[in-house]
Amino acid sequence: MTAADTEIDSLLGRKWRKPPMIRRRWLRWAIGLGFVAYLIAAFATIEVNWSRVYEGLDRGGAFVMAFTSPDFTSRGSDIWAGMLESVVMTVAASVVGILISIPIALGAARNIAPLPVYMICRGIIAVSRALQEIIVAILLVAIFGFGPLAGFLTLSFATIGFLSKLLAEDIESMSRAQGEAVRATGSRWAQWINYGVQPQVMPRLIGLSIYRVDINFRESAILGLVGAGGIGATLNTAFDRYEYDTAAAILIIIIAVVMALEYISGIVRARVQ
Amino acid sequence: MLRLDKLTKTYKTGDQALKAVELEIPQGQVVALIGPSGAGKSTLIRCINRLVEPTSGKVWLGDTELTELGAGALRRERRRMGMIFQEYALVERLTVMENVLSGRLGYVGFWRSLTRRFPQKDVDEAFRLLDRVGLVHMADKRADELSGGQRQRVGICRALIQDPALLLVDEPTASLDPKTSRQIMRLICELCAERGLAAIINIHDVALAQMFVARVIGLRAGAVEFDGPPDALTPDVLTTIYGEEDWVATIDKVEDEEDTLDPEAVA
Amino acid sequence: MPVIETPEGPIWRRRTRGQAMARWFGWLLGLAAFLWCWSRISEATTWFFVRDAPRIAGDILGRALPPRWSYIDNLWWPIWDTLNIATLGTIIALILAVPVAFLAARNTTPSALIVRPIALLIIVSTRSINSLIWALLLIAIIGPGVFAGVIAIAIRSIGFCAKLLYEAIEEISATQVEAITATGASRWQVMAYGIVPQIAPAFAGIAVFRWDINIRESTVLGLVGAGGIGLQLQASLNTLAWPQVSLILLVILFAVVLSEWVSAKVRAAII
Repeated sequence: MTAADTEIDSLLGRKWRKPPMIRRRWLRWAIGLGFVAYLIAAFATIEVNWSRVYEGLDRGGAFVMAFTSPDFTSRGSDIWAGMLESVVMTVAASVVGILISIPIALGAARNIAPLPVYMICRGIIAVSRALQEIIVAILLVAIFGFGPLAGFLTLSFATIGFLSKLLAEDIESMSRAQGEAVRATGSRWAQWINYGVQPQVMPRLIGLSIYRVDINFRESAILGLVGAGGIGATLNTAFDRYEYDTAAAILIIIIAVVMALEYISGIVRARVQ
Repeated sequence: MLRLDKLTKTYKTGDQALKAVELEIPQGQVVALIGPSGAGKSTLIRCINRLVEPTSGKVWLGDTELTELGAGALRRERRRMGMIFQEYALVERLTVMENVLSGRLGYVGFWRSLTRRFPQKDVDEAFRLLDRVGLVHMADKRADELSGGQRQRVGICRALIQDPALLLVDEPTASLDPKTSRQIMRLICELCAERGLAAIINIHDVALAQMFVARVIGLRAGAVEFDGPPDALTPDVLTTIYGEEDWVATIDKVEDEEDTLDPEAVA
Repeated sequence: MPVIETPEGPIWRRRTRGQAMARWFGWLLGLAAFLWCWSRISEATTWFFVRDAPRIAGDILGRALPPRWSYIDNLWWPIWDTLNIATLGTIIALILAVPVAFLAARNTTPSALIVRPIALLIIVSTRSINSLIWALLLIAIIGPGVFAGVIAIAIRSIGFCAKLLYEAIEEISATQVEAITATGASRWQVMAYGIVPQIAPAFAGIAVFRWDINIRESTVLGLVGAGGIGLQLQASLNTLAWPQVSLILLVILFAVVLSEWVSAKVRAAII
């Protein structure tokens, strides 16, 4: 702006518009038009069989109605076995995953680990995060055969990527002074970790662990789709047979367990902080 | 112009913030409201424009009784009461101009305000006000890029563009340094004089209040303890409002000080 | 921090005896639970296959490498579908999540007793169920295809986006809202001037974050028949065409890394 522009007389009577977020006009138009063009192309290439959708509305309605009368009993033993297997996989995988994550998180924190260790641990985390649970499960089922072992290994593997990354970030952002103070007393490495690092990251570790248990349970519900154990297989069968009331029952149980876990994790996190 | 009739506010916790406050402010008078923290100063001015709902009592703005109004009528009356806040309360992610123009929201329809198409006379008035407070070159800056004193000037513009009859001012200088505080107080008082506005200014700083206003009201535990000209604020009076302390220095300092700063020079 | 008096003088312990016992008992209980879980997994496992696993893994790896690069020509269309499932699903979810978030946030909900619990129920139920399950359900209802995938991703994302958004709404500065209210602004104007500018950065961040996650999820929706590159993966797995599987996995890996990079860039630009 030049000095003349700030003269009040020259501003009076002039229109005022909010300055646009992107200043260059051509870029603004290019982004806007590009986005619209993409949306049109995307919608145009989706094939929707509307008559099929219309027929499906009845079934959709039937499914929504099934939630008002879920059927817990007629496949009760299948549901119970599936849920138990999901819970078992969740617990075992969470314990193993958390135990392995801790050393990897220490190794992946730049302020603690030497560079070679750091690179290796970050590599493990990157691989674990890039591969999704369901794909890992497919491969592990191919290798180890059907059953909960594949699911257990999948969830443990996924837990490592999730927990190590977040924990390592927490370690990297901890207060240096507290760690240095402990080191200054002449402590060993293990003592330093125990007194200087652990108290600082413990609340976050507990919070993240509980959150991961929650995620593991939710994931365990789909591993059954590829034969890796858990409630997913029962659910899949229920959908295949159009037994909506059984499916509704399973979904209600999953939602209830997740809600309970979130409630517990809220209490625990409030207590450790 | 403004009349409070037995205005009472009791919070849900049982705290009685205002105890049947009676007050009358004529057209164009600027009043400083002093008192210790928790005396009910903020509650008092928020009860006037009903950001806090009073428990009982009446508020007359001209011939209109505010406490009985429905939502729509209350909004129309709020346009006549500009409010200036402690900590400025600008919407930080909007530009200075948008913040000033937000003072016209009560006059402009929803779609016009959503698309930022305010009437030309509002835009002109906004530029004039920004020019008056020396911020016209900042119009398209985002509010969070401004300094404290600058933000409070924008806050003043937002209140004035409402074309109010009354200004409600809540601790305008609480987060400013002494020099800026003085400039802001002078600006508010000058603008009130120019436009013939009445104002109620909540203020912690007794010396500052004495310097600029014609009438001081002392509030203590929700009741009016003092009401008179600034000269009548003796150490004894201050003791009844705030409690025991050596007040002589506070009052003396004011009379000695001479302030020669030009508010236009400081942008 | 108890101090125990003994004949030799006071001894400091971190915990009292009872606390220490309770802690040990807790750990013991946890260990027992874990061992029981492990034994159940072990029972359900055919250990003969597991002992054979290294050989099988080597066998699969040998067949899968090198990937069949020429197969990429069959993948362009599924990749486009996958992108659409993620993007359109995210857009639909955001449109639906905004009102839900405003109804769920304590400071904007019209009724804390009736509307808020309903909004929270929508959030919890859509969030707790994986998009693959939503896809299964939608396929049963409206038939297989990309459309089912879009809707599945959209439903799954509503709860996620609405939860983060309503937390952002609950954290806004109340005085800025108060200041707009004091000008005589209507309810909607207060929304547009006082609340929306404050949550806009959070909203943009959530949108990009969820889009990144949705790219990942949409790559596997095809496993249950909901369109995208997962369909090819399923087909290749069924025919044991391992060179194609390895190529598809590489493509998925590349897409995931790319989307994470894009989302990190965009988020850095916003904040």
